[in-house]
Amino acid sequence: MDRRAFLQSSISAVGLNALGIGATSLAFAAAPQGATYRNLLVLIELKGGNDGLNTVVPYADPTYYALRPKIAIARDDVLQLSDRAGLHPALAPLLPLWKNRELAVLQGVGYPGPNLSHFRSIEIWDTASGSDAYLTDGWLTRAFTASPAPRAFAADGVIIGSYDMGPLAGDGIRAVALSNTEAFLRQARLAGAAGEARNKAYRHILRVEADIVQAATNLDARHEFTTEFPQGGFGNAIKTACQIIANPSGVAVVRLTLSGFDTHGAQSATQARLLGELARGIVALKGALTELRRWDDALILTYAEFGRRPRENLSAGTDHGTANVHFALGGRVAGGFYGEAPVLDRLSGDGNPDYAVDFRAIYATVLERWWGLPSKPTLSERFAPVPFVKT
Amino acid sequence: MRTSAVIAHRLLSAVGLAVAVVTAVAAFAASAASTPVLGYDDARHLLARTGFGPTDAEVRAYATLTREAAVAKLLKETQTTASTTPPGGALDTSPLQFPNPETSSAEEKASFAQAQAREGIALRAWWVREMLTTPSPLTERMTLFWHNHFVSSQAKVRFARLMYRQNVTLRANATGNFGVLLHALAKDPAMLVYLDGVRSRKGAPNENFAREVMELFTLGEGHYTEQDVKEAARAFTGWSVDRETGEFMVRPRLHDRAMKTVFGTSGRFDGDDVLDLLLARRDTARHLTEKLWREFVSPDPDPAAVQRIAERFAESRYDIKVALSELLLCDAFYAAENRGVLVKSPADLVVGTLRTLGIEPEQGVAFAVATAVMGQSLMAPPNVKGWPGGEAWINATTLLARKQFVDRVARADGMSTRSERMTSTRPAKAGGALERGLSSLHFDSARFMGQFPGASPGERAQWAQRLLLPVAAQSTEEPPNDATAIVHGLLLDTAYQLK
Repeated sequence: MDRRAFLQSSISAVGLNALGIGATSLAFAAAPQGATYRNLLVLIELKGGNDGLNTVVPYADPTYYALRPKIAIARDDVLQLSDRAGLHPALAPLLPLWKNRELAVLQGVGYPGPNLSHFRSIEIWDTASGSDAYLTDGWLTRAFTASPAPRAFAADGVIIGSYDMGPLAGDGIRAVALSNTEAFLRQARLAGAAGEARNKAYRHILRVEADIVQAATNLDARHEFTTEFPQGGFGNAIKTACQIIANPSGVAVVRLTLSGFDTHGAQSATQARLLGELARGIVALKGALTELRRWDDALILTYAEFGRRPRENLSAGTDHGTANVHFALGGRVAGGFYGEAPVLDRLSGDGNPDYAVDFRAIYATVLERWWGLPSKPTLSERFAPVPFVKT
Repeated sequence: MRTSAVIAHRLLSAVGLAVAVVTAVAAFAASAASTPVLGYDDARHLLARTGFGPTDAEVRAYATLTREAAVAKLLKETQTTASTTPPGGALDTSPLQFPNPETSSAEEKASFAQAQAREGIALRAWWVREMLTTPSPLTERMTLFWHNHFVSSQAKVRFARLMYRQNVTLRANATGNFGVLLHALAKDPAMLVYLDGVRSRKGAPNENFAREVMELFTLGEGHYTEQDVKEAARAFTGWSVDRETGEFMVRPRLHDRAMKTVFGTSGRFDGDDVLDLLLARRDTARHLTEKLWREFVSPDPDPAAVQRIAERFAESRYDIKVALSELLLCDAFYAAENRGVLVKSPADLVVGTLRTLGIEPEQGVAFAVATAVMGQSLMAPPNVKGWPGGEAWINATTLLARKQFVDRVARADGMSTRSERMTSTRPAKAGGALERGLSSLHFDSARFMGQFPGASPGERAQWAQRLLLPVAAQSTEEPPNDATAIVHGLLLDTAYQLK
């Protein structure tokens, strides 16, 4: 018996309703017709809190150089995008995308009442809560609970190379986390329990088993790309993402993680290495998505718990900050600058800049402009979308 | 017990037997007093929650004790030192040598990193073996609990021997006094590196430790202000690590002697003063009690019970045994609705499976790798908040790794050649160690099943289920006759992921 036949027989044997798949299909029947999950969202988490000021550098601002005598990016090294701002030199591979107007630079992204704890702040981002509200489900979980992707999809979302489900946390979304597609498919043969959930933990495990069965039935890792993927962990994650996207049964969201941005000391070398990995990974992602003819319906978004403090610390690093810069990339992104660069001579008492764009406005853009969903039910209030995608 | 009485009350009054209620409640109380021993299922529950997987013999030994006697025995048998010998590198006292970030060559840096990685693997292997063989599983469970509370990671600390010394401190105080433990960990060299205490100094305090000591180690989020963090950070300046010995030292010239105001109290505080201010606050005992409740009792702490236990804990000046004893004796711990509600951690699953099946592997490295593949890389929690645990242990990747592990163990009877190789996302070397470890296991399922009483295979299968699963099996299929198939079926049952 081959794998597909095995899984299909085990699915029919265990009963879909018991696994919660039946509930998903009912929810799907109620989904709004306008949802267009053909449009793919690729999230890249820059874990630890990337230093935005050395990513998009305000090279014309003397205050920037005064705040960062050791770690500022020298004006001559900055890849100038405008007469005020430019990219860190390690992001050079992204310049062709900028010139092609496929890179939107979202400046000053944050939220009111910023929290400087990694865990709390990423929880705020992942759940799209206010800084004084505590939610448990991820923002995408809420969106997909209300409007699931088509049932034929392998999953609503796939988390690659991380154990934490982030914006896909909580029940109500069909999500799987995997590191390597082939290994996932081999192991999936052991999944397939059925029965009655007796408590919350039990229900969670049964749901994960059902998601495994559904994903494994619909995914393979056979697609061969001519694009070359970078060596290393992030390059492998990009390759895995592309193999998943290549499957005809589809997914709506892929979340990748690049870790190590918590640069409290000796920041320069670490951040240069990470930004280089990010840029090469994004270029490979564009190459592979272009091969698949998906570049025009893919939106890549970076995010992180917070930016870093404008003034460098005594360890040639930076401490936890607030507002940050993020990138949106894709064939239908309207390239250019959005939001506002941090005003470095007007910092708060703890030395951090104010935010210009609420991160939930970026989420509203994804929900409304990218997927054609109402954003208010997911985000509790309405945030005006930022016009960085072409409609 | 109280809940059962309430339920009994509701049932009986519903049918109008008001008189019978009084009698029934009285009879219930009397029967509780006259049959005070735990019995098999409660003993199994107590041992599974406070240790790793118990063996049938261990359960039967505790089954004849009262709750009080059983908990007292568990606490009395805790240890302050490990039973096994750590790897040589951990005990090394020669001067620390590390490459200079600016002047050392790439080769020097790489060889340093490799040497520390090697020592780190040996250290994890040792700890897992200690968990596998300790006569006091509760000691290791608490050492692991504190490792996940006072988090440090070798990924940042780099020196394996500093991680070892921290592990020794955690174990020495694992069931001792929380105040002593807090003061010791604040001066622990691995902690000083991990939370940047070594980078903090007068005029440029680093807030990392000051923030986490409040948010995670004592008060909990929301019970302090940003200003408290900033002021406390100044108090901790000057606490440092000797670069040669790797021991704690105070650098007086880096200490900020000026006045600080923390929680509205002002003084020329140093680090110890701030820690005492944290210990004096009620939030600390409550925060810790809630965390211990989630570790041992259920995912949803009962506020009234937590309040009561936290008060006892604070009154005892943070005697950890007092908190544990209260938690393990409370009715909620034994309540039917709290059985099978906690997800086994990878260490629980890996160490517990081997212990409960009576398998004692010769080395620990494969099983340290196995926990890492399931999302729990010992000595390297993902961040200062530690492993979130609970449902977060289970996603598609980790659930499959867990199922694959128990599949391999159950089939390790020398008969099966069809087992799938356990796949690892770790470097090939670690994957190789895992595969070698799994291949060398030998599980005698016939002997395991033979230990249970009962004349028929069906009866023995019932006993195996009572030992291995916290609640009834998910599968309702008739148990097979074959010993390996019985164990395999139980280990792959969804209920086996829970405790």
